[in-house]
Amino acid sequence: MSVLVDDDTRVVVQGITGGEGKFHAKQMMEYGTNVVAGAVPGKGGQEVEGVPVYDTVHEAVEEENADTSVIFVPPAFAGDAVFESLDADLDLAVAITEGIPTQDMARVNKRLTETDTRLIGPNCPGLITPGEAKLGILPGNIFAEGNVGLVSRSGTLTYQVVDSLTNRGIGQTTAIGIGGDPIIGTDFVDALELFEDDPDTDAIVMCGEIGGEDEEEAAAFIDDYVDTPVAGFIAGRTAPPGKRMGHAGAIVSGSGTGTAESKISALNDAGVPVGDTPEEVADHIEEFLA
Amino acid sequence: MKLHEYQAKQVFADAGIPTPASELASDVDGAVAAAEEIGYPVAIKAQVQVGGRGKAGGIKLVEDEDEAREAADEILGMDLKGYHVDRVLVEEAVDFTNELYVGITMDRGEGKPVAMVSTKGGVNIEEVAEEDPDAIAREHIDPSFGMHAYQARKAVYDAGVDQSVARDVSNVLMTLYELWDARDGSDAEINPLMVTSDDEVIAADAVMNIDEDALFRQPELAEMEEEAAGGDELEQKADEYDFDYVRLDGNVGIIGNGAGLVMTTLDLVDHYGGEPANFLDVGGGAKAERIANALDMVFSDDNVDSVVFNIFGGITRGDEVARGINEALEQFDEIPKPVVVRLAGTNWEEGMEILNEDLVTVEQTLEDAVQRAVEYAGEVNE
Repeated sequence: MSVLVDDDTRVVVQGITGGEGKFHAKQMMEYGTNVVAGAVPGKGGQEVEGVPVYDTVHEAVEEENADTSVIFVPPAFAGDAVFESLDADLDLAVAITEGIPTQDMARVNKRLTETDTRLIGPNCPGLITPGEAKLGILPGNIFAEGNVGLVSRSGTLTYQVVDSLTNRGIGQTTAIGIGGDPIIGTDFVDALELFEDDPDTDAIVMCGEIGGEDEEEAAAFIDDYVDTPVAGFIAGRTAPPGKRMGHAGAIVSGSGTGTAESKISALNDAGVPVGDTPEEVADHIEEFLA
Repeated sequence: MKLHEYQAKQVFADAGIPTPASELASDVDGAVAAAEEIGYPVAIKAQVQVGGRGKAGGIKLVEDEDEAREAADEILGMDLKGYHVDRVLVEEAVDFTNELYVGITMDRGEGKPVAMVSTKGGVNIEEVAEEDPDAIAREHIDPSFGMHAYQARKAVYDAGVDQSVARDVSNVLMTLYELWDARDGSDAEINPLMVTSDDEVIAADAVMNIDEDALFRQPELAEMEEEAAGGDELEQKADEYDFDYVRLDGNVGIIGNGAGLVMTTLDLVDHYGGEPANFLDVGGGAKAERIANALDMVFSDDNVDSVVFNIFGGITRGDEVARGINEALEQFDEIPKPVVVRLAGTNWEEGMEILNEDLVTVEQTLEDAVQRAVEYAGEVNE
């Protein structure tokens, strides 16, 4: 079992004719993902890696029954690409693009409340159900099938933690990179809810970082609703206040919220052990599953 | 990207927000000439990107030419919280009866813009927000409609702004939102918005932060950034190379891919008793040249005693990284600082084969790599 994505997922890749879109469409297909179409304005009628390309997402839905989109569109046009996927009434849209202006995302965020589409990202590595399908840019070979759900704001940190798990023989149901931007579609609470409701997920890893209050909100949600054991990790303990550490979201205001300390103590208060190192996170998961 | 006060004021004034008469000067004679033209009293204000300029001696009110000369001489060239002051804004001193605060920012929790008004202007608004949050009226804005006039009025009335200036303050707030929206602001603030004895309002300070991701569609503001550039040489170099880079106080240089993983590497350096010298994210899919540039950056920092390279490839390929490290290090007769490398993920095995182990120390795990780098840094200091 898994959440959000499996081998029935029918994917349209927005931006499939670009360098990244093409490369990762191929990688996704090699992993076993059911990529049924591409969508690029002006490129309708072409084929990429044997996949038909349409001018619009709507056509990809009509002709190929696509239900999920993965977006590799440059930042200036990515907001519009997300709107298009929402308008086409897809189940899921995954925006990989980094650097979408925040105001564009605020408008997307508003539109999301009026549709049934779920958005993952932007500025995220995507998500993967090991052995079935991956949507995005995650390196498939480090993941293994299993019973741990993982949700993370950072791509490479996800890889690091997954590597620690897989090396110990602990596999994953689904791993979701939700992205490091200030405004994202699916957040920790949404992902935790999905894992809590998934009968095959026996433990959850949640990797957060400084900035914002999403981890604090997640801690409150875990306290109230989550019975599945959760282990946490918070990146950025050593970050100085007021500096943006790469991720647009990873800035500490200096006013006491959004710091690593406040996130760690909120999680601890909700019964979530937080590892000092990725290996310690894996230790906690190992104990949960023992 | 943060505009200087003089730049933000120009942007605000062009949009119709009242600002005091002012002129920029880069030497004492220029400052005095500007003061004569504007007419005393004037404020002489250091143009650097830090808060608390007044308390730190970067803003002075002067009554005549002698005082202006003395103040300009003192402020120009001073070191203000680590920033060199090379320009001052000479500005008409406003005779005020009241100080307000107005601001627009993105409420990331709500995913919506929020307009804020307070009658507790003129002081550190972050402190007000923390100690007396009710003193700030807040109004969330639907980004697809923009701010309605009633919302601006509501915020102004909720804050308890005096009836005599309520209309002018809501007009300023509307204009500020329109600017924020059109110019891709992340924050736009006026603190204080001064109220004069004639019931006029005037923006005595101006803060405008622009979303860096939106600079591609704000060419005018992007040019201002170039004009305002200055400060840390290493940070300038990072801009040239287009790295996410933050300089810190320690001596262990850190290079990695992906913000979360680099932050984690910093945290582990601290965990194992070392002190991070920097945050440097090479980003996704870095090629050999970019890796070499990253090493050049970190070697250029005199505080760095050892370097740890932590790459977990997804898009990034281990063989490209290894090639970049070799190329960068082969230019030296002697490697300036010990380098520890940890490669994992895409093509890590190919990378390990290519990597010249005579030049670097190789570790298999993140923990081992960090510990080794911390040891090296400690040895230098002994």
